[in-house]
Amino acid sequence: MNPPVAPATGGGRIRTPLPFPTAAKPAVADTQLRANLHRATRTIRAKRARVVDEVPDWEALRDAGSAIKADVQRRLPELLEQFEASATAAGATVHWARDAAEACRIVVALTRAAGADEVVKVKSMATQEIELNEALEAAGIAAYETDLAELIVQLGDDTPSHILVPAIHYNRAQIREIFQRRMADAPADLSDEPAALAEAARAHLRRRFLSARVAVSGANFAVADTGTLVVVESEGNGRMCLTLPETLISVVGVEKLLPTFTDLEVFLQLLPRSSTGERMNPYTSMWTGVTPGDGPQDVHIVLVDNGRSAVLADPVGRPALSCIRCSACLNVCPVYERAGGHAYGSVYPGPIGAILSPQLTGVADNASLPYASTLCGACYDVCPVKINIPEILVHLRQQAPHPPVERATMRVLSWVMRSPRRWAAALRLARAGAGPLGAYRERRTGARTLRRLPWPASAWTRSRDLPLPASQTFREWWGKQ
Amino acid sequence: MSARDEILARLRTALADNPPPVQVPRGYRRVDDRPDLIGTLVDRLEDYRAVVHRGIDALPRLLSEVDRLAVPIDVPADWLAGYAGELHRDAPPLSAAALDDLDAVLTGCAVVVADTGTIILDAGPAQGRRALTLVPDRHICVVRTDQVVGLLPEALTRLDPRAPLTWISGPSATSDIELNRVEGVHGPRRLEVVLLGSGA
Ligand code: SF4
Repeated sequence: MNPPVAPATGGGRIRTPLPFPTAAKPAVADTQLRANLHRATRTIRAKRARVVDEVPDWEALRDAGSAIKADVQRRLPELLEQFEASATAAGATVHWARDAAEACRIVVALTRAAGADEVVKVKSMATQEIELNEALEAAGIAAYETDLAELIVQLGDDTPSHILVPAIHYNRAQIREIFQRRMADAPADLSDEPAALAEAARAHLRRRFLSARVAVSGANFAVADTGTLVVVESEGNGRMCLTLPETLISVVGVEKLLPTFTDLEVFLQLLPRSSTGERMNPYTSMWTGVTPGDGPQDVHIVLVDNGRSAVLADPVGRPALSCIRCSACLNVCPVYERAGGHAYGSVYPGPIGAILSPQLTGVADNASLPYASTLCGACYDVCPVKINIPEILVHLRQQAPHPPVERATMRVLSWVMRSPRRWAAALRLARAGAGPLGAYRERRTGARTLRRLPWPASAWTRSRDLPLPASQTFREWWGKQ
Repeated sequence: MSARDEILARLRTALADNPPPVQVPRGYRRVDDRPDLIGTLVDRLEDYRAVVHRGIDALPRLLSEVDRLAVPIDVPADWLAGYAGELHRDAPPLSAAALDDLDAVLTGCAVVVADTGTIILDAGPAQGRRALTLVPDRHICVVRTDQVVGLLPEALTRLDPRAPLTWISGPSATSDIELNRVEGVHGPRRLEVVLLGSGA
């Protein structure tokens, strides 16, 4: 019998190089950035609300999604073994990576073994997390991002600022400028019409798709009982990468599992409506190992821990592993809308980043992030898998009280809330995206909330009813005003 | 210790608190009770800018605009009645570059979800392999009304998970620029659906 092995924290782009308030300062001062974020998040909130409202069993779907994920977490070791066996039987090769560096080494070795010096990439948070592009470049392998927003970010020598739309911080004029500067084959008279920009990206990547030998993807879901991987996308760049190259390498966090193929009936309803605000995204691809004569014949799956075991070890923080990266919580967060994604340092911004990053690294390494929130609760309302983000934030604050960090962070948050009008507007917008769930929350939280003031002060009652450290924080802040 | 064994051991340690078993509540709808599934489907398809045609007579008219057409090897002959353009059957398999030179592809499908306007291909009859419906810029897809179900859970029971599955909801699109949906990036920029069968 082996001695128990301790869960381990992870590496890669999940640490804030600067405390949140310091990192947020330039963003909060950048009026163009704030205008871009405001416009984009307002658009997506309205779209989401419309398609969620038309689903009569939305709450039942959320309940199922939340329970399926809790079940996955409880049975993660056995489900991973089952997934490995199913995928292997279907012709895939499964690799395991303890951390970001090991995952990168595996992908580099597989790419070299395929004799390639370039890869095409499908947008993937996991590969951003492990800093795969940097590792490939260091190994002399060129990585081409093919998702439009990832392409914009890559050409702009920037980093993603949103889970779903990594280039959300750019408007159309800025995107045109990046294309003209960095895309050699961009038309000289490129306009800033979104259709023209999309056309330029199509022409730019076409030849690369048709000749690529190796593709790297992530996966939205990995199905244990069948060994199936699922990628949800819009543009068709995903289909290109998943279909045309001979070798396909998918980097998948261990938490992405679902027990059965049938469980997709829940998540493929929850995800598109929550993320792009569509009834269904344009394309979803599912593949199980190798299909002779159809698609890649050399199929690899890299299962990555990189801190997930540490998240699993905390019974209160564990539900952060339920996240399906829809980004609904970012889009309703008044702090995200002000500060932008880069302020969170990690690839995971917004409310989910504020709980996930500190858990992946250990709270000491990301001590400011649990304070990057007003605890208004809008994120919990919209989360399709019902992660109680405010509760986990408070729990993490308790773990690492860092008074200077806390004070500094509160100063930044106070900017958001300084003007009652501004604060009310931020909350109202957040609420608009929450749709009918606001009422549901009232019912649900009624049990543990003693007194609720009418909105917007209800946000304060909520935080005051939470465990002591948070409410002290807010009372202190309140007292200073 | 191998990475595999170490990760599994870490995860087992992490679950030392022995979380209780979970009952998954499945109170969501599994069968659609809407009377007019086809009407819903057409509404959804058109909402995402697919173009809907009804009846087999629509095919010759549509195909008359297509000079070079790709088809899977088992395409039903009556779909091609009167087609006078260049026909490219996918046998031996057409290269990606060859597919890129063609104007359109004509296929069938496996299952269609009315609620979301989603066409599902499973590489089964009249569908061919995945590259066929991906590279040409225009996809003409024949849907029989008996392939239409209401909700996503109904569709999943009709699918073989081991088949490569492609779910298509409208033509290629992106929302990456200011979160507005714009049609047409890398996948087919035109999606045309031909409905056949009773109720079409
Ligand atoms: S925490 Fe919930 S709302 Fe936020 S990205 Fe994850 S699944 Fe979506």
